[in-house]
Amino acid sequence: MIRAEGLSKRYAGADRFSVQLVDITVKPKEIFGLLGPNGAGKTTLISMLCTQLTPTSGWFEIAGERPSRSLRDLQQHIGMVPQEYSLYPSLTARENLLFFGSMNGVSGAVLRDRITSELESLGLTPFADKRIQTFSGGMKRRVNLIAGILHRPNVLFLDEPTVGVDVQSKQVILEKIRSLNAAGTTLVYTSHHLNEAEDLCSTIAIMDQGRMVCVGKPKQLIEKAKVANLEALFLLKTGKALRDYA
Amino acid sequence: MHKLWAAARKEAQLLRRDLGGLAILFVMPLVLVITITLIQDSSFKSISQLEIPILIVDLDKGPIAQQVLDGLNTSEAFVISEETSEEVAATLVRQGDYKMALVIPEALSEELEEKVTAQVATTLASFGLEEPTDSINDFQDSASKEIKLYFDPVTQQAFKSSVKNGIDKLIAQVESKMIYQAFDNELNEGETSQEQSFSETPFITYREITAGGTFAAGDHTLNSAQHNVPAWALFAIFFIIVPLSVNMVKEKNQGTFDRLQAAPVSYATLLGGKAMVYILVCLIQFLLMVLIGRFVFPSIGLPQLEIGDRWFVLFFVALCAGLAAIGLGLLLGTLAKTQEQAAPFGATFVVILAALGGVWVPVFVMPPFMQALSKLSPMNWGLNAFYEVFLRQAEWQQLLPDLGLLIGFFLLTTGIAILYHRKQQRI
Repeated sequence: MIRAEGLSKRYAGADRFSVQLVDITVKPKEIFGLLGPNGAGKTTLISMLCTQLTPTSGWFEIAGERPSRSLRDLQQHIGMVPQEYSLYPSLTARENLLFFGSMNGVSGAVLRDRITSELESLGLTPFADKRIQTFSGGMKRRVNLIAGILHRPNVLFLDEPTVGVDVQSKQVILEKIRSLNAAGTTLVYTSHHLNEAEDLCSTIAIMDQGRMVCVGKPKQLIEKAKVANLEALFLLKTGKALRDYA
Repeated sequence: MHKLWAAARKEAQLLRRDLGGLAILFVMPLVLVITITLIQDSSFKSISQLEIPILIVDLDKGPIAQQVLDGLNTSEAFVISEETSEEVAATLVRQGDYKMALVIPEALSEELEEKVTAQVATTLASFGLEEPTDSINDFQDSASKEIKLYFDPVTQQAFKSSVKNGIDKLIAQVESKMIYQAFDNELNEGETSQEQSFSETPFITYREITAGGTFAAGDHTLNSAQHNVPAWALFAIFFIIVPLSVNMVKEKNQGTFDRLQAAPVSYATLLGGKAMVYILVCLIQFLLMVLIGRFVFPSIGLPQLEIGDRWFVLFFVALCAGLAAIGLGLLLGTLAKTQEQAAPFGATFVVILAALGGVWVPVFVMPPFMQALSKLSPMNWGLNAFYEVFLRQAEWQQLLPDLGLLIGFFLLTTGIAILYHRKQQRI
């Protein structure tokens, strides 16, 4: 579903690459976990795959479409759930969803029905016509997720979708992610919650300093590295030094 | 197309929810145009329509001083008060109690009469009509008399010149009248005839005609409403770049813009949605200002805005000016990274464009370099187009150059915004 080769990104004025020579393959219906410390290059990699950033070098394709050939066709296949809430605070949940759904090419009764159905499935129906600025963090996360899936994308990118939410919202969001995957959506997911990733992902990749340091099935990687769990593997591959300051 | 409509609907919803922003967009321009027009109204009236407080110190107490006083009273331009001491008058003017003081010197009437009589006698003697006397030559060497004008230090040069011209004219008339009178007396000496040898009616008169005129039939006087409504409407229209650019920067900071970058929608569509709503805002602003000029101005003592039957042309000019302003706002919103960059820069830039464009000071009084620079300001193009319609009753073909520049500016700035956005994605 996703193929990338030699994907690199160096921002203007930066003295090093944020993402360097990354090769990845994500199979259809896979939940691909992208892990790494802060500043590893996860968000930059996702931004390139979501067509928000142009790679400095390398190439990628999603569902057989390359951005250089058919950007709009490729964008029809992808959905994006950013780490930030990315919603208009003064608009209601329904108004936000109507707008983002329209921008992704869905309109009319189809869009309205999908919004009603998704709000219902994530427990937001009573709040559909309330402004986002009155919502809790967990409620915003739920709306943020719905805004990325209204056009039924083949590939959904989730950048830390459960960060900063309570247990209830976290469970609802994870259940939704599983149900989307069960319905055939390929997921690329980043998180700092390693237990959550171990439990959720069929494949994980650990990034550090812009490079892929390991890719594989979580259990196989843990066994191969002879460590107790994913967290131990993560520390083994990335060390304990501070990485926030890029 | 539905994406464009959806983008426009979202912009309208965002605006509707921002009551403070809406108030700034619609109410502030109205307050601005009323305030500025009230302030500037007097500068559009001729000096004879003003009532300037003036202090007269009459040390002469003769017929000349009386004639000057009568002349000032007749002009109705001044509210006259009298003071006996020159020093007190100077102090009152310096303190700002009076805009000016006029000091008529002692024995002015007597000495002017003597001088005129002497000059007339000299003239008549040169024709052999009268014997020359020593007193004539003595008087010709005497010093001239001085009428002093004290001005409040805050008065501007234009006001001083205008008042000085008025008083000069009055004195010249009094002096001429006296000369005619002296000739009359000498030529008709000993006769009882009441007929005057010289007519006091001026032979040359002038009439002011404004080429083109305004819409008001029979009234060709340019007034503060005809000048201020288009000028400040344009200023308000261009001020749209502040909320528009801030709106765009907010979207970047909220992350909504990042999300849209992953969606199958072009940047041009997103900008188009904004342009559709903000152009409507510009037109509503303009309509409100025109309505204020038509219906509110007369009730607060200002001249009524005359539009005639040219509503469509005026709104087309407002549309073009609005597009130019929106193009600038879209470009600024694309370039700016923070609200702190967008808002102060936008506000200051509009003020600079307004100053350059001739909103505050007419372009023709600017130095040559600034006049050349003013041709680069889109507000100058807009103002020219508005004045063509409001004041010169221009036809479409006369408006085309300015309208073309405004539309071209919109296309250029929006095009640069789209190209810059593409370039940013590659950085």
